[in-house]
Amino acid sequence: MSELSMPRCWNKESKPHRFCPGCGHGLVLKALGLAVDELGLAERLIFACDIGCSLLAWDFFTFPCMQTHHGRTIPVMVGLKRASPDLVAVAYMGDGGGYAIGLQHLISSAQRNDPVTTILVNNTVYAMTGGQMAPTTLPGQKTETTPFGRDEAGTGRPFKGPETLAAVVHPQAYLSRGTVARVPRLKKMIQKALERQLQGHFAFVEALSTCPVNWRTNAAATWSFLEQEMSSYYPPGEVAPAARREA
Amino acid sequence: MAKVITEEYRDFITGNETVARAALAAGADYMFGYPITPQNEIMHHWRRLAPPQGRGFLQTEDELSAGFATLGAIISGKAAFSATAGPGTVLFQEPLTMAEMMRLPVVVVVQQRGGPSTATVIYSQQELTLTCFGGNGEGLRLVYSTCSHQELYDYTIKAFHNAWRYRFPTFVLGDGYQAKMREALQLYDPRQRGIGPIPTEPILGSVRAGEKEPLVHLRNSFSVEEELGEVLERHLADYARAAPALVEHEFYGEEGGELLVVAHGIVGRAARQAVQELRLSGRRINFFRPISLRPFPEKALRRALQQSGGAVLVAESAEGQLGNLVRLAASEEGLPDYRSFYRPGVGITAEEIKEAVLNERAVDAALLE
Repeated sequence: MSELSMPRCWNKESKPHRFCPGCGHGLVLKALGLAVDELGLAERLIFACDIGCSLLAWDFFTFPCMQTHHGRTIPVMVGLKRASPDLVAVAYMGDGGGYAIGLQHLISSAQRNDPVTTILVNNTVYAMTGGQMAPTTLPGQKTETTPFGRDEAGTGRPFKGPETLAAVVHPQAYLSRGTVARVPRLKKMIQKALERQLQGHFAFVEALSTCPVNWRTNAAATWSFLEQEMSSYYPPGEVAPAARREA
Repeated sequence: MAKVITEEYRDFITGNETVARAALAAGADYMFGYPITPQNEIMHHWRRLAPPQGRGFLQTEDELSAGFATLGAIISGKAAFSATAGPGTVLFQEPLTMAEMMRLPVVVVVQQRGGPSTATVIYSQQELTLTCFGGNGEGLRLVYSTCSHQELYDYTIKAFHNAWRYRFPTFVLGDGYQAKMREALQLYDPRQRGIGPIPTEPILGSVRAGEKEPLVHLRNSFSVEEELGEVLERHLADYARAAPALVEHEFYGEEGGELLVVAHGIVGRAARQAVQELRLSGRRINFFRPISLRPFPEKALRRALQQSGGAVLVAESAEGQLGNLVRLAASEEGLPDYRSFYRPGVGITAEEIKEAVLNERAVDAALLE
């Protein structure tokens, strides 16, 4: 990545970043950085990341960044935002943190319409712990804990975050799913999610992302899994809150 | 900020209301809580009293959220607190370890109930070990065990100040009896007693318009053992340095005592009464009540033991949780005559302590029942 294409709010001292080659986190964080630059929010922003691969972003930006615990980034940012409403709070996590161990926080925060922006990276596996099944693992997908492929009969269907949250959120909340295959579109979604927080509403972006290390895929197969399998089960786009559709 | 208590006055209220009023008087900004008996009325009173004073409250989805949201508020520079009990104290250990690792000045009031598990909603002293040493760390915490509503008021205020001054998670350890009963106490505005505002400051940056600040990034994970080791050494050294100023105890007695009765919290109060009555009847019984359980007043306890010929009776509503601290503190000199009156999950009266002192056999028999 050239100096010119690096978002201004990226902390250059922590670059090159620590994510594996082929990992999508860098692209999601680029989209976030560009959105923050464009909105001029760096001076008000606090970024908190979860445990799992997302923790490697703990010093990613020039604005204050911190790590929390697995699944607990949303409540930390909820507390921060409620006590200090002038700050702009971004909670950053993986699919395990948001959809498994921390799901009660995600749903409750969505239901309360907490003005916090949550960005969740969906790569269909627990990556840092060595490639176990995640709530987002696709049917038939092999992981260390589904070595013969995920069997819906015993482990259920993959979790669809924005669609699930749509049932409980405020009509003005923002829900969407982007992909690292289309960073400019992902950036626009994150920008909207930040703006929606400024308007006092809950905002959530899921980013489809890649994990060639745990998928055991080469570049072509990685891209194909993201663009074919993942994108067909998890369609990118904005998801309208049910309460808005009803109104 | 509007004054909450403008002049000193006496009142007759529950311990839970006392805590809410103390937090308000101290200047706490925010409470995050999740219902669990017997601490609920702390939330109830805070919810009614605090918002009109510009302070916040959120009932969260669980104790994990209550703990972590409290930490979020603290990171932004606000004095925030929570309260819990029993299984809630268990869940609180997760956010508390983050506070320990990141030195976040969180205040939690623990109103102990029976354990393990759901047990009773009533009372115990079984959360001592959990409050002092819970979590996957070294127990670098400040824990005050109160024995009266006056102490609940005084130490809740003190907890906020010492949490922010020393940056260790700080606890007021009460129990269901203290939570629910009413008694008289003196309420006051801390400022009128020379206690200034809680020394808060943003820990992870405030709104930074135009200011050039050094980058602030906080983490709780480390790549190599040595990195973690260095951080822990620093925290342990800070704790050891702060400990002499933080230890507090109550001692009643003198040189030449025949026995030292040790108890904390509400049992300490029963023990004090028992000792007073025994002394009136001519027995040379001494009394020691640790107020700070972490750090533990080890030196003061050793001196009290010396004044009591090394004979000690530990009374508590738990199976030796205080006893372990006493034995550890005395280990350099040994405890030639250690007696216990352990009643896990059950209240202890002054009469029972008197009986335990007077009749050693009765204690053993009771333990065998």
